[in-house]
Amino acid sequence: MIEWLSELLLPLSVSSILAFGLLSGRPVFDDFLGGAKNGMKTTVGILPTLIGLMTAVGAMRASGLLTAIGSILAVPASLIRFPPQLVPLTLVRLVSNSAATGLLLDLFEREGPDSPVGLAASILMSSTETVFYCISIYFSSLKIRKTRYVLPGALTATAVGIAVSIWLAYRQI
Amino acid sequence: MLNHLWSLMLLSGILWGTLNGTLAATTQGLIDAASEAVSLSLAMLGIMSFWCGILEIGNQAGLIDWLAERLGGILDFLFPGLEPGHPARKPIAVNIVANMLGLGMAATPAGLEAMQKLSDGSDTATDSMCTFLILNVSSLQLIPVSMIAFRSRYGSTNPSAVLGPALAATVCSTAAAVLFCQIMNRRQRP
Repeated sequence: MIEWLSELLLPLSVSSILAFGLLSGRPVFDDFLGGAKNGMKTTVGILPTLIGLMTAVGAMRASGLLTAIGSILAVPASLIRFPPQLVPLTLVRLVSNSAATGLLLDLFEREGPDSPVGLAASILMSSTETVFYCISIYFSSLKIRKTRYVLPGALTATAVGIAVSIWLAYRQI
Repeated sequence: MLNHLWSLMLLSGILWGTLNGTLAATTQGLIDAASEAVSLSLAMLGIMSFWCGILEIGNQAGLIDWLAERLGGILDFLFPGLEPGHPARKPIAVNIVANMLGLGMAATPAGLEAMQKLSDGSDTATDSMCTFLILNVSSLQLIPVSMIAFRSRYGSTNPSAVLGPALAATVCSTAAAVLFCQIMNRRQRP
């Protein structure tokens, strides 16, 4: 039911917007072309940010630094009953969606998606965002330097999401 | 902030690679990431343009105005600085709805437009910009579409078991975001 709904979501939104445009007598294809041109500009505009950020994450990951930080943090993590297997995923989740997805699938492979850790990882990935990536994409396009309370706020919200994810996953089983 | 964070990430990666004897792998990782960034934005280019085109149809037909009006109460509560008729209200409404539906590719262009309209031209983030970004990062997503697909591909007996808990977690993180922003916004205005 849910899977069917989510499959329906994209085509349904597209066709209802299109139908609405047609009913209002708009030249829909011309409107589409204007918007699509802006979309291309936006995508090309964020490419420099994307390259800068992804190369920095790539260097940190390939050098083994991320794994090292993960294993260091696993000790204090286990003290607050934070599953140590989730430490690398949580860290990487903050900077890169594709790298986090890679780690998630590794975890599914080793522990299974229905294990407590697998379920916690599934919930965590669904309820959090790539914090640093989002902030840099949105701010660098406007050359904002003084970001004020954005980072603390974003990290607070993410921390709450992670805590609830782990609590729910381990309570269910 | 980003200037320092970015330098720290890059330099610490290279330094660790040098100390750890993985410098060659680090260089390769950096090169691979650069081309991965380009192929990612190539992959995004098509669907982002498509969504922007579709959204422009909705915009021209007045659908977005209707949406912004529907969300008016929520927008007033979250962004007390935005008077009715502010040009950022429409893209914010689109961004919130697209994020909730999990249509990330439609949310990003609207979000960028909203940030542009919220900016006062200086290099300092305004209260509305901070609230908008923190809300975006807290990710209020109703249906984690790709997660269900990943879980079933890896042999989960119940791929959609994540739905309820994920909704609860995402609601909690968004509530925390709203609370945080309300406190910060109040503190600024004596």
